[in-house]
Amino acid sequence: MDHLMIESILTRAVAAATPLLFAATGEIVSERSGVLNLGVEGMMAVGAVTGFAVATATGNLGLAVGAAALAAMAVSAIHGFISVALLGNQVVSGLALTMFGLGLSGLIGKPFIGRSAPVRFMPVDSSILSDLPILGSVMFEQDPLCYLAFGMALLTWVFIYHTRWGISLRAAGEHPLACESMGHSVVLIRWLATLFGGACAGLAGAYLSLAYSASWIEGMTAGRGWIVIALTIFAAWNPLRAAWGACLFGGVYVLQYVLQNKGIAPNILMMLPYVTTLLVLVLGATKRNRRRFNSPVALGEAFHREMR
Amino acid sequence: MSRFRISITRRSEPGRWFAAGTVCAAIGFGFVLAGCLFALGGVNPLTAIARIIMGSFGSLYGLKETLTKSIPLILCSSGLILAFRARFWNIGAEGQLLAGAVGATFIALRSDGIPGSLVIPAMFVAGAVCGAFWAWIPGILRFRLGVNEVISTLMLNYIIAEFVQYLVYGPWKGSQQFGFPYTDNFHADAVLTTFPGSRIHLVTLGIALICAALVWMVMHHTTFGFSVRAAGESSGAARYAGIHAGRVTVAAVAIGGAMAGLAGVGEVAGIHHHLSYPWSISSGYGYTAIIAAWLARLNPLTAILSSIFLSGILVGGDTIQTAMNLPAATVNVFNGAILFSLIGSEFFMSYRIRIQPKVVP
Repeated sequence: MDHLMIESILTRAVAAATPLLFAATGEIVSERSGVLNLGVEGMMAVGAVTGFAVATATGNLGLAVGAAALAAMAVSAIHGFISVALLGNQVVSGLALTMFGLGLSGLIGKPFIGRSAPVRFMPVDSSILSDLPILGSVMFEQDPLCYLAFGMALLTWVFIYHTRWGISLRAAGEHPLACESMGHSVVLIRWLATLFGGACAGLAGAYLSLAYSASWIEGMTAGRGWIVIALTIFAAWNPLRAAWGACLFGGVYVLQYVLQNKGIAPNILMMLPYVTTLLVLVLGATKRNRRRFNSPVALGEAFHREMR
Repeated sequence: MSRFRISITRRSEPGRWFAAGTVCAAIGFGFVLAGCLFALGGVNPLTAIARIIMGSFGSLYGLKETLTKSIPLILCSSGLILAFRARFWNIGAEGQLLAGAVGATFIALRSDGIPGSLVIPAMFVAGAVCGAFWAWIPGILRFRLGVNEVISTLMLNYIIAEFVQYLVYGPWKGSQQFGFPYTDNFHADAVLTTFPGSRIHLVTLGIALICAALVWMVMHHTTFGFSVRAAGESSGAARYAGIHAGRVTVAAVAIGGAMAGLAGVGEVAGIHHHLSYPWSISSGYGYTAIIAAWLARLNPLTAILSSIFLSGILVGGDTIQTAMNLPAATVNVFNGAILFSLIGSEFFMSYRIRIQPKVVP
């Protein structure tokens, strides 16, 4: 393997990591507030198809990305309504959201199958910086959404650990009663966190259909939503850890293509991301590490002010 | 200042008729929700819903297909109920079904050395073992290492789906299938008889009904069933009662997986007579069964009815797919909407809402 090859592998790995990081950042915020949203796969699909449809209709990428985030946010509101307002079972509601989102994306996306987007995100042009050895193109030849993803992860980290609001967010997920007695509304925090998670998943979908592959096919999310849930656990609910975890998974996606001409059956290679996810969970869950991987205490538990 | 105060209090277990009424209302609401989306997508919702119902329950052919597709749903949902009762979120019935199909195909393709009458039983045993094994993995991962079962079961679904494709494109690819990625067709000994004029494979239907009844019996009338429920409802209390929650749950999940495996055997031996693409072996039965189990409020006998109902939506979905040129995923909109309104409706079953005028001091 020469320099150029390594460089292109790393560059593509970071691109593959981007949708995972977007969605994982959103899921971390949502789960930190105590709302487990297993519907990432569905929200991503809705975002992907909306982004593609708006890009096709208007030719405006900014509008397309905004619409993708809004559409995914809208479907996440169903989950918010059931888990925050109706105190329903969050696991089942998340599953329903996945089915619903995948179905809805198929219904909306029917006219767009087999078409290519008229506009797509291209890598930014920063010729001097990207000529730097190895990391030059990895860091400076990505598209704008990619920088947005890593920037958002960093800002979310600052938000969670270094702001007052971050403390309230964590309190809502760790000890909702204490959060209420601090004078914050757990219901409001959980609503906002769920909607933020939805918007992020929408951005992840838009990245898939407008930058990563610039086309729309049914089921193009291909289990990424579930990998995001695993990534959230792997990252111990920390956005910065999620950033390098996403790069790890991105690397696995690229590895598939690298190994393709080594005589391994393509379907065996397709298993790689899923097997890696399992391995990562198994390795992350050994007894020694269990304390560090502790999830928010009230994750998945309904909270109502009048029932203490 | 609002003049009314809404108070929410927990209510005890809802009465049978109240629960049934709420579930029916939830289904109706789900239909309305899905109908609104059809309307937004430019499809006449009434036509779509009418076609779905006519396609599944409105004709003899539709009824036969509905019954055919309810077989894997009954098996998978009964198995899932065992796991769900233990609060183990097994989302992997789809993968366990495929594992069963692989096991059965393995026997069917090597049936030469087995006496003719033993081939089918051997296939069912192999399918059950494979399904149980595929469910045992996430079970043991959860209780030994604390691995989240929702993700592990889902990942195993994706892995086995790729494995099935690997088999039918590679080592098991049939020599008489004109290059299609199918295994060779099964020998006559390895094929289930069907009800004349239909695709209903009676043996599997019988097994499905027996399994549902057995799960009901076990849940309500045996110590094992009691242990499963105790493990699910309060692991602390279960431990004081001397119940090994982990062991009991893993056993329940594996038995459930075995039932999904049996469903896989039925699909390859009764319908397709060979192994092919994973998405044609199972059109999402494992996922639909989750709704069937939930719709039945985790009662395996009711799950027979809910399976037939959801099978009708699957069949009706196929009808509108061809008749109205809608994508295959449309059925998912229906399923998702119904599941949403079901969970939402549980609020009204577990809590009593009172709207009272505020007392002015």
